[in-house]
Amino acid sequence: MNCDVCQKEKATVFFSQVVDGNLQKVNLCKCCADDKGVTDPTGFALADMLEGMGEETATETAVATDELSCPSCGFSQTDFKKTGRFGCADCYHVFDEGLDGLLEAMHKHTQHRGKVPSTFPDLPEAEINPLPEEPMAPSPLDKLSELKVSLSKSVEDEDYEEAARLRDQISQLESQMGDS
Amino acid sequence: MRFSTLLKKPAEWMRSPGPQSDIVMTSRVRLARNLVGHPFPGWARKEDRSVIMEEVRPPLEELSEMKDSFSEEMTKLTALEKQVLVERHLISREHAAKGPGCGTVMNRSQTISVMVNEEDHLRMQAIRPGLQLMSAYRSLDQIDSSLEKELPYAFDHQYGYLTACPTNLGTGMRASAMLHLPGLVLGEQINQTIQGANKIGLAVRGLYGEGTEALANLFQISNQNTLGTDEGEIIEHLDRVITQMIENEKNARMKILEDKPTMMQDQIGRAYAVLKYAHIITSKEALNYLSMIRLGCDLGFVPEEERETINVLLTEIQPAHLQISAKRKLSPEERDILRADIIRTSLNRLTPPDFSTILTERDDDE
Repeated sequence: MNCDVCQKEKATVFFSQVVDGNLQKVNLCKCCADDKGVTDPTGFALADMLEGMGEETATETAVATDELSCPSCGFSQTDFKKTGRFGCADCYHVFDEGLDGLLEAMHKHTQHRGKVPSTFPDLPEAEINPLPEEPMAPSPLDKLSELKVSLSKSVEDEDYEEAARLRDQISQLESQMGDS
Repeated sequence: MRFSTLLKKPAEWMRSPGPQSDIVMTSRVRLARNLVGHPFPGWARKEDRSVIMEEVRPPLEELSEMKDSFSEEMTKLTALEKQVLVERHLISREHAAKGPGCGTVMNRSQTISVMVNEEDHLRMQAIRPGLQLMSAYRSLDQIDSSLEKELPYAFDHQYGYLTACPTNLGTGMRASAMLHLPGLVLGEQINQTIQGANKIGLAVRGLYGEGTEALANLFQISNQNTLGTDEGEIIEHLDRVITQMIENEKNARMKILEDKPTMMQDQIGRAYAVLKYAHIITSKEALNYLSMIRLGCDLGFVPEEERETINVLLTEIQPAHLQISAKRKLSPEERDILRADIIRTSLNRLTPPDFSTILTERDDDE
């Protein structure tokens, strides 16, 4: 398939956009894609590019077809990007990929340490191993490297209390890994 | 309790003084809670919100702390009534704009208020005069512990209380104190103070929260992080920083008195003159001058008993309160006239500020 714009190069960038409920598609080569600013989704409206459809509508690019959404409430990743809020409590588990990074940046921590409702049984090791039964839990190695990154960051921030906490977590994790 | 009764009573925390209440006006703590199996209010349909409302309202109203409470759906309140609640810090500006399925429950003394279906299913707040964050938290914690037995909270051992916005995750707690910092403003140290607080994870905002102007030299300082630190540590940290800020504010006042006593007298004297004799005054102007009279009380130039009058005025002269007292809608021009009337009447007994202490000190120096 050739590029819709120059008709010469092979199309490698495929773009779809929904404008007023109509799906528009365009196939571009790398060169034309860069040229038209497709790589910058904020400033790009497909309609402006396609001749005869020159309506000026700034709608967002829809990658919607196979996008992850919450089975409980139908909330999608795009909704989160738009609002910065989640749809329901279950969303936290549906969209947990990358969440820890976001929380780390927001709160400098990813593990709750406050009140626990009396109706929730305590997890004795909650602090050491936050997700004991979670099948998707990061491997100890990932966790270890994550902790080391946080450690060097906390040293940089001169947050020595936090650094000491992390150091203890790391040595605990390392000895656990040595055991197994 | 009827809304009219609520309106007639100024909130308890406006009248009674608390610890450090020369500089700390109020301490507030709020907790965000949600129920499992229901979409968060911002993503919920009207029917979903009504279901939540029906589920949480009975246990809220039955709390012993909420005896004889005021409890109403937002749709049943007029725009003016909602604005009064905003001006008293009992609901947020966002909540005032909410429609069907959203409500408010508060106790008679207005020290506890709960917003139903604001950004989260429950936003509970306790407010105290002066610096009493821990006491505010404890009273709220008690209510929360009663409610958790009745309502299925959304909670996770890693993320804590699950909230609509991840910025509230963990404890779901925001603790804040309203500080009166005219010394740091006049001494031009306020920006430095705000930046310093930001650096250690605290937010500093104006009188009505996010994005609002700092009127009357009032600043709200609150924690930003809610995940990874427990409630006690968050409050301890805030208490430490606030105590330091009180110290800085006092030092700034002393420094101005030493370096520029005439400027200080001018500011307070001018405030007295305007408030006592103006017939048209905007909120902004009035709030800023009232702040100066309050400073005068702290420094002993104005009788101490005026402090309560000033505190009550700070709320009473706001637009919705004025219109409630006039029992009709007022144009901004009419409000400025009524505001000046109310201030003149309230400060009727107020004698001119007495600066003799400054003069004595100055004489001593020479």
